[in-house]
Amino acid sequence: MTNTLEAAYAIWLREIKRFLKSKSRMVGSGGQPLIWLSIIGVGLGSAFALKVGTGIPFLTYMAPGVVGMTLLFSSIFAGVNVIWDRQFGFLKEILVAPVSRLSIVLGKVAGSSTISVLTALLILVVVIAIGVLPLSDLSVLGVLAALLFMVLISSTFVAMGLIIAALINNIESFQVLINFLVMPMFLLSGALFPISGALPVWLDALSHIDPLFYAIDGMRGSLIHFSTYPVLLDAGVALAFAAIFIGAAFVLFKRIQGTR
Amino acid sequence: MKGNAIEVSKLFKRFGNVKAVDGISFNVKEGEIFGFLGPNGAGKTTTISMITTILTPTSGTIKVYGTDVTHEKDAARRLIGIVFQDPSLDDELTGWENLDFHARLYGVKENKREIIENVLKLVGLEDSAKRQVKTYSGGMKRRLEIARGFIHKPKILFLDEPTLGLDPQTRRKIWDYVTRLNKEEGLTIMLTTHYLDEADMLCDRIAIIDHGKIIKTGTSDELKRSLGGDVVRVGVEKKKELIRAVKGKPFIKKVKESDDGVEITASDGSKVIPIITKIADSKGITITYATIKRPSLEDVFIRLTGRNIREEGADSTTAWRRMGMRARR
Ligand SMILES: Nc1ncnc2c1ncn2[C@@H]1O[C@H](COP(=O)(O)OP(=O)(O)OP(=O)(O)O)[C@@H](O)[C@H]1O
Ligand SMILES: [Mg+2]
Repeated sequence: MTNTLEAAYAIWLREIKRFLKSKSRMVGSGGQPLIWLSIIGVGLGSAFALKVGTGIPFLTYMAPGVVGMTLLFSSIFAGVNVIWDRQFGFLKEILVAPVSRLSIVLGKVAGSSTISVLTALLILVVVIAIGVLPLSDLSVLGVLAALLFMVLISSTFVAMGLIIAALINNIESFQVLINFLVMPMFLLSGALFPISGALPVWLDALSHIDPLFYAIDGMRGSLIHFSTYPVLLDAGVALAFAAIFIGAAFVLFKRIQGTR
Repeated sequence: MKGNAIEVSKLFKRFGNVKAVDGISFNVKEGEIFGFLGPNGAGKTTTISMITTILTPTSGTIKVYGTDVTHEKDAARRLIGIVFQDPSLDDELTGWENLDFHARLYGVKENKREIIENVLKLVGLEDSAKRQVKTYSGGMKRRLEIARGFIHKPKILFLDEPTLGLDPQTRRKIWDYVTRLNKEEGLTIMLTTHYLDEADMLCDRIAIIDHGKIIKTGTSDELKRSLGGDVVRVGVEKKKELIRAVKGKPFIKKVKESDDGVEITASDGSKVIPIITKIADSKGITITYATIKRPSLEDVFIRLTGRNIREEGADSTTAWRRMGMRARR
């Protein structure tokens, strides 16, 4: 057990070191969501001067969604990055070590989640600072709950990235996956616009099996007190998704072989 | 009497229709340097991958120091150090960080710093340890990988084509580290190569492998002797007379005429020459010169496989593959 944790720590440490060494990744992971927020939010938001539900400004509605989006993309990419480890041979160095495959998965999930959550927190601070998220809405408990959702989102999607990386082994098929999996997951999650009532039944059903849907709903509930489901229910479902995906990644990594 | 470090029995690996490893059995003795010699695609890497738990065999058993590799993976992994054929370093990290990562994964805690410093010194990289690996040359990366394979004090070290694509000077350095690890640290080493001089120079025993099968195993000398022995060429005018005179004498196996003399196959050339000169003297035959040619591993290889180990282009393909891997980083 201690060995599992130590090995996971080694893998966590490597992720952090790599991130700190890559300035472009640091800028990119923070910059991209801010651009989204300004283009979509300000552009569309002012054009339609939308109000959501009980009169919440569109930008405020969207803010937790943008945080969720940041997490979704940075996490799933980080997970899939294992493909590069395989391509460059480093995965073999990890696989040949006498460490449980669970520690490999946990280390990856923890390392990439740390980075994703820190970037997402940065976005959250910016969003609060520019007044999109009114300070008056926030409570300590709410922010802590939001942090929990952030951790669950990134764990779920890093694990999903690992699963993808274990199943496919070229970057080309990854592009296809982004189009058919990640974009729909993002759009159906309610991150950009309220789902309930806005979609045909089948799409609505799809959005309810979208792991991101519950976490974003819960985050919105914690931060601006507006959610489709009770926050506790959202938390339960998000936790279940994280556990399932991490478990699946573990199972796949037990079978993964070290050759290309 | 030393035991076996590796015992491989009836090992098969299939990739679809390709029989990469086609039923091989062999043992590696404790403390020896064992070489796998074979051309590209012979199945060397596939075999090593299976012994080191990277690949699951189609069938067969592998034991490393008595531990069944397929069933007790982690126990086996603890005994093993490996330097892969293709690069396996994290280029973004420094040399030191790569070694530190390895030490942590293998639970090396006591004297970690000292151990890392020692292995760095062994391969002469102590001054480059704080640099990112992407600034290293190919040879430096290779040396770092060898240092890394030894950090957790494995009982057996695998080296898959350790000197592929390196210049002669770096190759000799690497041979030196390998010999030192073997002699000074008592490490059992299994290496693959398709360089005949490397196998000849380093290995206590060699297995020649081709098309997934082991064709012959033995020391370099045994393999060479299996060809029938040395070829002694003697320059002489009276060929027929000499042939008649030496036929059936000790050590001499075969005698035939050559362009300017006689060609004698003998189990030990250096012992045969004095015998021949003595006989020639007593019969008044003048000998103008005498040369010994020991069969090389190359001769052995050609005899056993019917072709040269370095078929046209084969060598450059693998080197190119390695370069390609690097270029993409
Ligand atoms: N993952 C794989 N999928 C399909 N075929 C494979 C795979 N790995 C190896 N092979 C095939 O198995 C055979 C043996 O390959 P292997 O890499 O073991 O040879 P090798 O002796 O190490 O050659 P080299 O000197 O080029 O490294 C080759 O025909 C190769 O094409
Ligand atoms: Mg090979």
